Amino acid sequence: MSSDRLAVRKTYKLYVNGAFPRSESGRTYEVTDAKGHFLANAARASRKDARDAVVAARAAFRKWSGTTAYNRGQVLYRVAEVMEGRHVQFCEEVAQSEGLSSSKARAAVDAAIDRWVWYAGWTDKLAAVLGGANPVAGPYFDFSMPEPTGVVAVLAPQQSSLLGLVSVLAPVLATGSTAVVVTSKERPLPAITLAEVLATSDVPGGVVNLLTGDAEELGTWLAEHADVDAIDLTGAPAGRAMEFEREAAGTVKRVLRPPATEPDWTADPGLSRMTPFLETKTVWHPIGV
Amino acid sequence: MSSSVFEYAPAPESRSIVDIAPSYGLFVDGEFVDGTGEPLKSVNPATEEVLTEVATASEADVDRAVRAARRAFDKVWGPMRPADRGKYLFRIARLLQERAREFAVLESLDNGKPIRESRDVDVPLAAAHFFYHAGWADKLDHAGLGPAPRPLGVAGQVIPWNFPLLMLAWKVAPALATGNTVVLKPAETTPLTALLFAEVCRRADLPPGVVNIVTGAGETGRAVVEHGDVDKVAFTGSTEVGKSIARAVAGTRKKVTLELGGKAANIVFDDAPIDQAVEGIVQGIFFNQGHVCCAGSRLLVQESIHDEVIASLQRRIGTLRVGDPLDKNTDIGAINSAEQLARIRELSDIGEAEGAERWQPACDLPERGFWFPPTVFTNVSPAHRIARDEVFGPVLSVLTFRTPDEAVAKANNTTYGLSAGIWTEKGSRILKIANQLRAGVIWANTFNKFDPTSPFGGYKQSGYGREGGRHGLAAYLKGHDA
Amino acid sequence: MACMTHVLDPDALPDDGRALMAPLPPYDDVTRSDSAFRAFLHGLPGVDQVGAESRVAMLGTRSIKTTSKAWAIDTAISMVDLTTLEGADTPGKVRSLAAKARRPDPGDPACPHVAAVCVYGDLAGVAREALGDSGIHVAAVATAFPSGRASRAVKIADVQDAVANGADEIDMVIDRGAFLSGRYLDVYEEIVAVKEACGDAHLKVILETGELVTLDNVRRASWIAMLAGGDFIKTSTGKVNPAATLPVSLVMLEAVRDFRAATGRQIGFKPAGGIRTTKDAIKHLVLINETVGADWLDPDWFRFGASSLLNDLLLQRQKLRTGHYSGPDYVTVD
Repeated sequence: MSSDRLAVRKTYKLYVNGAFPRSESGRTYEVTDAKGHFLANAARASRKDARDAVVAARAAFRKWSGTTAYNRGQVLYRVAEVMEGRHVQFCEEVAQSEGLSSSKARAAVDAAIDRWVWYAGWTDKLAAVLGGANPVAGPYFDFSMPEPTGVVAVLAPQQSSLLGLVSVLAPVLATGSTAVVVTSKERPLPAITLAEVLATSDVPGGVVNLLTGDAEELGTWLAEHADVDAIDLTGAPAGRAMEFEREAAGTVKRVLRPPATEPDWTADPGLSRMTPFLETKTVWHPIGV
Repeated sequence: MSSSVFEYAPAPESRSIVDIAPSYGLFVDGEFVDGTGEPLKSVNPATEEVLTEVATASEADVDRAVRAARRAFDKVWGPMRPADRGKYLFRIARLLQERAREFAVLESLDNGKPIRESRDVDVPLAAAHFFYHAGWADKLDHAGLGPAPRPLGVAGQVIPWNFPLLMLAWKVAPALATGNTVVLKPAETTPLTALLFAEVCRRADLPPGVVNIVTGAGETGRAVVEHGDVDKVAFTGSTEVGKSIARAVAGTRKKVTLELGGKAANIVFDDAPIDQAVEGIVQGIFFNQGHVCCAGSRLLVQESIHDEVIASLQRRIGTLRVGDPLDKNTDIGAINSAEQLARIRELSDIGEAEGAERWQPACDLPERGFWFPPTVFTNVSPAHRIARDEVFGPVLSVLTFRTPDEAVAKANNTTYGLSAGIWTEKGSRILKIANQLRAGVIWANTFNKFDPTSPFGGYKQSGYGREGGRHGLAAYLKGHDA
Repeated sequence: MACMTHVLDPDALPDDGRALMAPLPPYDDVTRSDSAFRAFLHGLPGVDQVGAESRVAMLGTRSIKTTSKAWAIDTAISMVDLTTLEGADTPGKVRSLAAKARRPDPGDPACPHVAAVCVYGDLAGVAREALGDSGIHVAAVATAFPSGRASRAVKIADVQDAVANGADEIDMVIDRGAFLSGRYLDVYEEIVAVKEACGDAHLKVILETGELVTLDNVRRASWIAMLAGGDFIKTSTGKVNPAATLPVSLVMLEAVRDFRAATGRQIGFKPAGGIRTTKDAIKHLVLINETVGADWLDPDWFRFGASSLLNDLLLQRQKLRTGHYSGPDYVTVD
C-alpha cells in the first residue's frame, strides 16, 4: 500500500431526525486537536437547527416512550455493539480531541461503551425500583410508576468528548425521553462519529439529535423553547448556567444544574442522571365488585 | 303530609371551641414574637368579619427564623436519634387528632370551607401525614434512596390558602422526618391553623427552632425563598409564582419542589358508571369550592351521552347546599377572598362573552361574605379561556369528544399536567388512557382522593417533585431526586 | 347462557306463562326475547361499588336536628310497614300489632299511624278486620315467601289467597335462582303473572338483594321488576343478611328515578330488614331527599319494612317532645 495516497477527509455534519444535514445557516467552524492542529470543519448549529431538532425529538417521543422497556434496553445494547466495531476510530478521535495518550483514550472509549451496556440494563428495572403500589387507607388500588419527561435538551460536557457525552445521553434514552444534545464545542468529532453509530444501530431517527456548535448560543434557545421539557446544564459555559436556568423557569422545565467542575465520568452514576428526567405518575382505582 | 319538603334545620358546629386571640405574632425559635412588618387582618370570608390581626414578618424577621432553624438543625434536630425525631412526629399527629375539632372549626372560619370537609378531609389527612412520616424517620436507610441519606438543612416552605393545615402537613411532616428544620410561611388570608399548629409544636415539646412560622404576604414569602441560608424551597401555589421562584433560585444550590396550577380533564366515556361519574364530576370541581389545583375543571364527555350526563349533573348540582361553612350540612362554602371572587367572576364573564353557555342552579346566597354559586359552562370550545385558564373556583367547563384518541388529545392540550380523571367500566381502556395522559395523578372511576402514601405532583407547568410516599422523601434528602 | 327456556324468535307465539303485558314505552320491545332482554339489562350503566358506598357515607353525615328531626320522625312513622313474619304468629299477635299500628303512642293522639301492617297471607284477614276503616293498609307476603322456591301455580295461588283474605298490598319475592342463572325473562314473566293475580292490590317486588350480591345485579333486578309492572320495589325479605343497606337503597332509588324519567311512571321503594333505629330511618329519608326528591317522601311512594324500628322512632319522638331521654318501658311491647 503506497503511503503517499491522498486521504479522503470526512465531512462532519449535524445529526437531526435521523439524517445528517448541514447547518441551515451554512456556518461551520474549525475544529483542532488538543495541540491546535486543524482536524476538520464542523457544522455550527443555529437557532433554527435547534428548533428543527426539538421538532424531531418531540415527534419521536411518543413512539420511543411507548416502546417496551425490554426493547429499549436492546436498542441501547445495540449501540454498544456498534460502537465496539468502531473502537479504533473512537480511540483516535478521543485521543486527538482530548489530547490523551492512546491507552487513556482507549480506557475512555471502553468506559463509554460499557456505560451504554449499563444503562441498557436499567430500562426494565426503573419501574420496579422507582415505582410501586401505595397502601392507601381506603378501597383503592393505587400505584405509582416512573414515566419519561419528554424532550430533554442536553448541554454535553465540554471536556469529556465521548465518555462524558455518553454519560449524559444514555440515561435520557434509558428513561424513554428523547434528546437534543449540544456537543462539546471544541471537541465535537467523537460526537459525530457517535451519531453515525446511532444512525446505523436501532435507535429510531429523532430520538437523539446532535448539534455541534456553541452551547453559549444554543443554550438560550433550548432553555427558552416551550416544547422542551427538561434541560441538562452540565456543559453550560461558565457563567451562563444561571441565566439558562432562569430562562428555563419560564415553562417550569426540569433543570439538572451543572456540577461545580466537570466530574470524574468513570464514577458510578447511580440513578442521579435518570431521576431528574422522570416524572412519577400515580393512578387510583376503586376496589369493588 | 304528602309533597312536604324535607328542609334541614340549621346544624351549625359550635365555634366556642376555638379561642381566637385579638392578635398573633410570629413563631420563631419556639416563641411567639412580634413581627416588624405591617400586621395583616385575617377575615372570615363567609361574613367578612375580621377574626384577628396577624403579624407580618419582615426580611429581618425571616432572617431570625432561618437562623433559629439553622441552629436547631446543627445542634438539636440534625444530631438527634432518628427514632426520637419520629416520636416527636407521632406526638404531633396525636395532638392534631386530639384537637381535631378545634382545627376544623378554625380552618372553616378562616378559609370558608365547609366544616364537613375540614372535619372529614383536611384535619384527618393532616394527622395521617404526620403519622405516616413519623414512621419513616428511622427507616430512611431502607427507603431505596441510597445508603445513609442525609437531610438538606433548612427548608423554606410557602403554602397556599386552599388547604392551609393540610398543605402545612404535606410540607412539614416529610421535612422533619428526614431531619430538616423548617421556616414555613402560610398564606396571608389563612394563617390561623398554622399558628395553632405552632401551639401544638410547643405542647409536643418540639425543640425550639425546628419549626418556625412566619406570617405575611408575598414579600415575606420572597424573603423565605431568597434567603441565602435556606437549602430547600418547597412551594405550593400558582404557576406564575412558581416560575418566579424557579427564577429566584437559579444559580443557587437550593433544591426546589413546586406544586403549581392545573386544568384537569375529567373524561367520561359512554360506558361509565353514570351515577358515580356524576358524583365524581361534582366531587372533582365543587370540592373545596373548586379551590383545588387538581380540580377536574374540564369535563370531557363522550358526545353520545352528553345530554344525559349534563341533565344528571344539573339535577345533582341542584341538591348542593351552599352557605354557612360551619353548618354541618353545607356542601359549598365561601370563596376564600374578595380578590379570588373577582377573578372567578371575571373568567366566568369572559366565558359567557366568548360564547359558552352558563348554567347555575337557583340558590340563595348570603348577603355578606364572598360567594359564587356552582356553575357549569356548556358549549365550551378548547379555545375559550375558561377551557384553558385555571379558574380556581366552582366553575366547570364542559367539552365533548368522539373517540378515545380525541379524548386524550384534548385532555393533554394544556400547559398543565397535574391530574386527570377517567370514567369507564372497561379495564383495558382505563390503563391505556392512563398511560397516555400527561398528568401526575390519574383518578380512574374516582376523583380527588388523597393519601400520605400516594405521591402527588405534576407534569409540565404543574410543577416538579412529588409530595407523599417514598417519592416525597427524596425532595428533602441530599442527592436523590427520585 | 345457562338454560334456554325460551325461543329466541320474537314472532313466535308466547306459551301459556308468557307475558300478557308489554312494558311501557320506550321499553316495549326489550322483553321480546331472552337475548334482547339480556342485552338491555346488561346495557344499563354499571354501578361502581366504592363510589356508591362513598356517596351514602357522605349523605350519612347529614345532621338532622330540631324541627327537621321532628318532621322526619313523624314522616318515618307514617311510612312504616309494621311487620311480623314469624312461624309463631297468631291472630292475637296480629291484633296487637294492628292496635299498635293505629295508635303507635297511646299517650299521644297526635302521633301519626303507620302505613301498613305486613303479615303472612293466612293472617291477612285478621289484620284487615283489626284495622277496620283506619286507612292502614294490609300487606301480605306471598309467592312462597321468603325463598320463592315453589311452582308458579303455587305462587299464584298464594297471592290469590292473600288477596281474598283482605290484603290490599302483596309483597312478592322474585325467583333469585332464575335471575342468577341468567333467565331474566322467567323472572319478568313471573312478576307479570303475579301482578295480574293481584288484581287491585298493589304489588311490591322483593329483590332479596343480599342474594343478588352485586349492585349491578340490584340495578338489573330493579329494572325487571319495574318493567314487569311492580308498584314498589323492595330490598329484602328480612330473612337474609345483608338486607337493606344504604348503597342498595341508593341504587334502587336511582332506578325508580330513572324509570320515571324515561316512562313517566313513578314506582315506590321499600327498604326492609336491618333498619332498626331512628338514625337508620333518617339516613334513608336523607337518601330519598337527595336522590329522588320530595316526590317520594310520602307513604304512597316510600315504606320502611320493619318491626323494631317503630319503637325507636317513638322513643326519639318522646325525647324531642319532652326534652329528656325516654326508656323502653315508655313504649309498648308487642
